[in-house]
Amino acid sequence: MYAVRCVNVRKIYKQGDEDVIGLDGVSLEVEKGGFVCLRSPSGGGKTTLLNVMGGLDRLDSGEVLVAGKRIDNLSKGQLAHIRLHQIGFVFQAYNLIPVLTARENVEFVMQVQGVPAAERRRRSTEILAEVGLAGLEDRRPAKMSGGQQQRVAVARAIVSNPAIVLADEPTANLDSRTASHLMELFVELNEHHGTTLIIATHDQMVMGYAKRLIRMLDGKLVEDIDHEAS
Amino acid sequence: MGEIAIGLRLAWRNLWRNPRRTVITLAVVVVGVWGMIFMIAVMRGMVDGMLFDGIRSLPGHVQIHNPSFRDDPTINNLLPTPNNNLAAALNDLGVVAWSARVRVPAVIMSERNSRGVTLIGIDPAAEAPLSFVADDMAEGRFLEGVEDVGLILGRRLVDRLGTEVGKRVVVMTQDPDNEIADRGFRIVGVYEAQVASTEESYAFVGRGTLQSMLGIGDQVSEIAVLGADYRDVEALYQRIDAAVGDGAEVLPWYELNRYLSSMLGVMDGFVLVWIVVIFLALSFGLVNTLIMAVFERVREIGLMMALGMKPAIILGQIIVESLILLGIGLLIGDILAWATVQPLRGGIDLSVVSDGMEMMGVGNVLTPSLRASDVVLATVVVLVLGIFASLFPAVCASRYHPVEAITKD
Repeated sequence: MYAVRCVNVRKIYKQGDEDVIGLDGVSLEVEKGGFVCLRSPSGGGKTTLLNVMGGLDRLDSGEVLVAGKRIDNLSKGQLAHIRLHQIGFVFQAYNLIPVLTARENVEFVMQVQGVPAAERRRRSTEILAEVGLAGLEDRRPAKMSGGQQQRVAVARAIVSNPAIVLADEPTANLDSRTASHLMELFVELNEHHGTTLIIATHDQMVMGYAKRLIRMLDGKLVEDIDHEAS
Repeated sequence: MGEIAIGLRLAWRNLWRNPRRTVITLAVVVVGVWGMIFMIAVMRGMVDGMLFDGIRSLPGHVQIHNPSFRDDPTINNLLPTPNNNLAAALNDLGVVAWSARVRVPAVIMSERNSRGVTLIGIDPAAEAPLSFVADDMAEGRFLEGVEDVGLILGRRLVDRLGTEVGKRVVVMTQDPDNEIADRGFRIVGVYEAQVASTEESYAFVGRGTLQSMLGIGDQVSEIAVLGADYRDVEALYQRIDAAVGDGAEVLPWYELNRYLSSMLGVMDGFVLVWIVVIFLALSFGLVNTLIMAVFERVREIGLMMALGMKPAIILGQIIVESLILLGIGLLIGDILAWATVQPLRGGIDLSVVSDGMEMMGVGNVLTPSLRASDVVLATVVVLVLGIFASLFPAVCASRYHPVEAITKD
C-alpha cells in the first residue's frame, strides 16, 4: 500500500521569459510507514516535489495519488480538504501563527477539522509533552527558541495522525543538538506511530536517519537507495 | 464551526497585534461616526425648528377651508362655524387644539405711517396652545376673549408704524359687499416672533369683533387643527376629512406649505448623502489598515491555507476584523454623539447669526434632534458599506497561492 505515488510528474516554472523545469517526468512511490529523504542541490526539485505531493502546487502533467486518491485534478477547496485530513507539513522557517500560543498552534488543524475542544486539549497536551514542550503550552512563538518552535510545528503536523508528513529542510535553522533531537522525534513517530515521513534536506545528519534516500538533479530522480531493502 | 471559531479568534487577536494602528483607525471611525450623527442631529434640529416655527406660524397640522378659499382667499369664501359633528370630531382624541379664525387682508394706519397686513380674528383661549402669538407676547396683554376690541401687533410692525402699546390705529379692510370696513383699535399688546418677518405680517383681534366689523355673522375663514406630531398627521387628516364631508376642503400642513414639506424631503436625502460622504472618508482609513494587515501577514495566510483552511474562511476572517473595528467604532461614536447632543437639548443660541438664520426661516435657538432612526440608518450604512470596503483586501488574501505566500519575505 502506497502512502503517496507520483506518475511521470512534470512541472515547469516561468522565470521572466524563460521556462525553468521544476520536475521532469518524476515517478515515485513511497510506501505507507516509509521514511524517505529527498536530497538535491538547490534548485534540484526536492521542494517542488514535496509541494506537488502535498497538493500545494499544480502539475503541468502526470498524476499524484495520496492514500490511493488522485489529487492533481482536485479543486482548491478539495485540495484544502486533503491537506487538512491527510497531510502534515513541517516547513523550514517554523511557520507558526504568532498570535496563537503553542497549544493553539498545535490545535489549529484539529480545530479546523472540527475536533471537539476537550479532545483537542487532551491530544495537544500529550503531543506537546511528547516533543518535550510540557509546561510551555501557553507560550507564544515569539517567546520560544527556534528549536522549540520547530518542535511545535512538528507537533502540529503529526497531532491529527496524517497519512504523510512532508518536511522541507526541517533542521535548516536549528543547531546540531536540537536537530538531532528533532530527528529522533521523527524516527519515533515513524517507528511507533507508523507515520510516513518524506523529508527534503541538504543535511547529511538527517539523511543518516532515513530508511530510503532519493537523490534529485535538475528535476529528475537520479538515485534511489532503499536501506531497508538492501 | 471549528473553522469559524478559529477564524474569529484570529481576527480578534490580529486586530490587536498592532494596537497603535488599530487605535488610530478606531479613532477615525469614532470621529467619523460621531461627526456623522452629530451633524445629522444639528441638521434635523434645524429642519425641526423650521417646521415647528412654520407650523406655529398659524397653519397648524391640518386646516379646513371653504373649497374656494385657497384660490381666492377673501372674505367672500367663508365657512360656517363648526357644527356639532365637526366639533365632536375636533374634540376627539388625537387633536391637541383647534381654532376657528377670520382672516382678511387689511391696512393699518397710525398717525405716522400705514402698512398692509393680514388681520386675523381669533378666539384667544383656543389659539393659545396652537400658534405662537400667546407665547410670544413681549409687551402689554394678550386678547381676553372673542369680543375683545384690543389689537395685537408684532414688534417690527409697531416700529414701522411709529406707534406703541396704548395708542390707537385705524384698520381698514373690505366687507363681503366690497365696501370699505374700517374701525379704530387700541393697541393692547406686542409680540416678538422667532422670525422677524412674521412680526410685520400679522395683526390679531378678537374673532367676534372682526366678524361684527365685517358683518359676516359667525362665519370663519379657516379652522386650524393641531395634532400630536407633525410627522404623523395622516390619520388625523383622514379623520377630519371624513367628518367635514364635501362642504369644505381639508388639507394637511405639507399640502398647505410645500416649501416646508420639500425641506423635510431634502433633509432625508441630505442625511443619506452625508452618511455616505463621511463613510467614504472613513473607508480610506479602514481599507488602508486592512490592506496593511493583510500584506504583513501574507506568510501566515499562506500557512493557514497550506494547513487546510478554506479560502472562504480567510476571506471571512478579514471581513470580521473590519466588522469588529466598525462595531467598536460605531458603539463609541454613537455614545459620544448621544453624550454631545444631550447637554444641547436646551438649544444652541445662534442669535449672533440671527439674520442668516431668519433667511432660512429658522429661529435663533437651534435644538439638535437625535433620532433613533438616523442612528440606525448610519449604523447600517457604515456596516454594510464597511463590508464592501473590506472585500478588496479580503479577496486579495483569500486568493493567495499557498506556496508563493509561504515563501514571501
